[in-house]
Amino acid sequence: MHMPSLATQFLHVLAAGLLLISFAMLAQRRIRRLIVLLAWQGALLSASTLLVAITAHQAHLYYSAALTLALKVIVLPWILMRLMKRLGIAGEVEPLVNVSTLMLVGLALVIFAFGLAQPVSALATTVTRQALGIALAVILLAFLMIIARRKAVTQVIGILALENGLFFAATSATYGMPMVVELGIALDLLVGVFVFGIFFFHIREQFDSLDLHHFESLKEE
Amino acid sequence: MELLLVLATPLTGALLLAFLGAYRRAPEINVITSLATLGFAVLLVLRVIRHGPMMVGDEQFFVDPFNVFLIALTAFVGFTTAVFSRPYMRIEDERGRLTPVRLRLYHSMYQLFMASMLLALSTNNMGLLWVAMEAATLSTVLLVSLYRTRESIEAAWKYFILCGVGIALALFGTILLYVAAEGVLGHEGMRALLWTHLDAVKGQLEPTVVGLAFVFLLVGYGTKVGLAPLHNWLPDAHAEGPTPVSAVLSGLLLNVAMYAVVRCKVLADGAMHSLLPGRMLMAMGLLTTLLAAFFLWRQRDIKRLFGYSSIEHMGIITFAFGMGGPLANFAALLHMTVHSLTKSAIFFTAGHASQVAGTQRIDGIRGLLAVSPTVGWGLMLGTLAILGTPPFGVFASEYLVLTTAMREHPWAIPALLIALAVAFAGIFRHVQPMVFGDTNAKPLPHSPALLPVFVHLALVLMLGLYMPPALARWYRLAAHLIG
Repeated sequence: MHMPSLATQFLHVLAAGLLLISFAMLAQRRIRRLIVLLAWQGALLSASTLLVAITAHQAHLYYSAALTLALKVIVLPWILMRLMKRLGIAGEVEPLVNVSTLMLVGLALVIFAFGLAQPVSALATTVTRQALGIALAVILLAFLMIIARRKAVTQVIGILALENGLFFAATSATYGMPMVVELGIALDLLVGVFVFGIFFFHIREQFDSLDLHHFESLKEE
Repeated sequence: MELLLVLATPLTGALLLAFLGAYRRAPEINVITSLATLGFAVLLVLRVIRHGPMMVGDEQFFVDPFNVFLIALTAFVGFTTAVFSRPYMRIEDERGRLTPVRLRLYHSMYQLFMASMLLALSTNNMGLLWVAMEAATLSTVLLVSLYRTRESIEAAWKYFILCGVGIALALFGTILLYVAAEGVLGHEGMRALLWTHLDAVKGQLEPTVVGLAFVFLLVGYGTKVGLAPLHNWLPDAHAEGPTPVSAVLSGLLLNVAMYAVVRCKVLADGAMHSLLPGRMLMAMGLLTTLLAAFFLWRQRDIKRLFGYSSIEHMGIITFAFGMGGPLANFAALLHMTVHSLTKSAIFFTAGHASQVAGTQRIDGIRGLLAVSPTVGWGLMLGTLAILGTPPFGVFASEYLVLTTAMREHPWAIPALLIALAVAFAGIFRHVQPMVFGDTNAKPLPHSPALLPVFVHLALVLMLGLYMPPALARWYRLAAHLIG
């Protein structure tokens, strides 16, 4: 068994960072800090993509890294932050109960993710294939966040974190999807955030709050 | 060329309608654009009949017997819904439920939705398929909340989050599929994402990874089909959105999502050399059908009622595709066609019925036959058709599904029969008093465009009595393709 190269080890560090940020997001109560964490996750993602591009000589991954940096570190967090300021809820705190249970469930999900990723990692030929388990864990933790939170904004941040996990899965298992597809995904994401933004205003107009506790008129009787 | 026109027409229409704003003739432009799309789709069909399957745009797009009939169906129902929407939305507008800005959004997004569905149907690239499905969600989510009531916003949010999560799972599935294919096809020129190439080498793909990919793809796209347990968004979105949107969601979007699931199943079948993918579809389909049939009983909202009916029928289609084989696939394709036609016709009449009564609540709608006989008869005939009464086409396809199941999977028969009987009683119990009975409601200010309803129902009737040989041959080819 040979020692993994320095670049690979560094990639693993970045991957571990992504996972840690996912856990931090799970427990973060302040919306402003959640957005900052999301931007950090994007930054690590961009850095890891760049590193893969250099070590594996994949030219299209340079564009991918630049796109991630522009979209996930700058544009989306900026849009979200502006929205929060316009809505006057940037400093809001979301009450969270049972953080410790949430963390334990999260841990179980990570173990499950590594088990599930095993056969795929064995098949993949990339230098980063070991990171696939982490990518899947990030995805599952984002799910957990969407389920556990009751505020519209945090659910959206959860979906964006989910997308980060998917993107990381794509780069670590296959050196990224073809450029056309990646651009399409980025476009959908951007439009999605705009639509969410419009939604926030509608929700607040009708319910006077962005708390989804008020959403209970559509239930089976 | 024809394909390019089919895709470009609704896209141009969407831009035009967005820029024209609250132009008085916007509904007419909407109709004309849809008619043009239908015209080009017909040309495309003729071409495929004459020259066989084709591949366009550097293999990025392809048309084969399976998707060409769905493209034609989508363009057709898109056109008839646009015709229906003209007087319907005018009445809604006069009742003050809309503003010019929202009407503009509605028309523009309607065309964008058509464009993204047609793209999803015609692309050969699994990645683009995903992008188009997501675009279809994004273009309809603001339509579901068009009335800006509390309920509609809640429905749209649910639709957005559930389908957003579902579609994310499908993306992960697509990535896994790419991983499995990359080793065989290499990553030159995106071949590892092109369905035709994947189909050619499906026997060599790594079974475990493709199996895992299929699970994610099934649950992901299955969310949009309305398969249990992720069907929750569907009745809400159908009930709270404007009726033309309910009609195209139910009649078209569900079919397009089903199409994506079936494409993935073909690959999974070939790679896994086992019955597992089919069995998974059968189990999900059966569970969905049963669940929806029982929920039908408790509905109080007419559009919710038929939303659940759509879930039930999607369950039957999924079950039939799961059984596989030429006969079951034939039945499933036929059922997709007749369900799409019948259900959109029902939503047209249900929409006008609630306009007549001023409410969507079933117990508020009474005596349609007395106020507006065409709406009443339309609803009655549509209901009879969707419940599978002979001689309508739904009977023919359900009969085929049942006889095939009887031969190959007799254990499923009791569950299917119970579901069908419960659904029959559940829907009929609600519809009968709405159509007959006394009322003091007033007729509508504008005469509703009910021609689409009767055209749809006549087609369904025709498919039940007589299947044109060309269409039958076409279904057989598609059924054979699916395997």
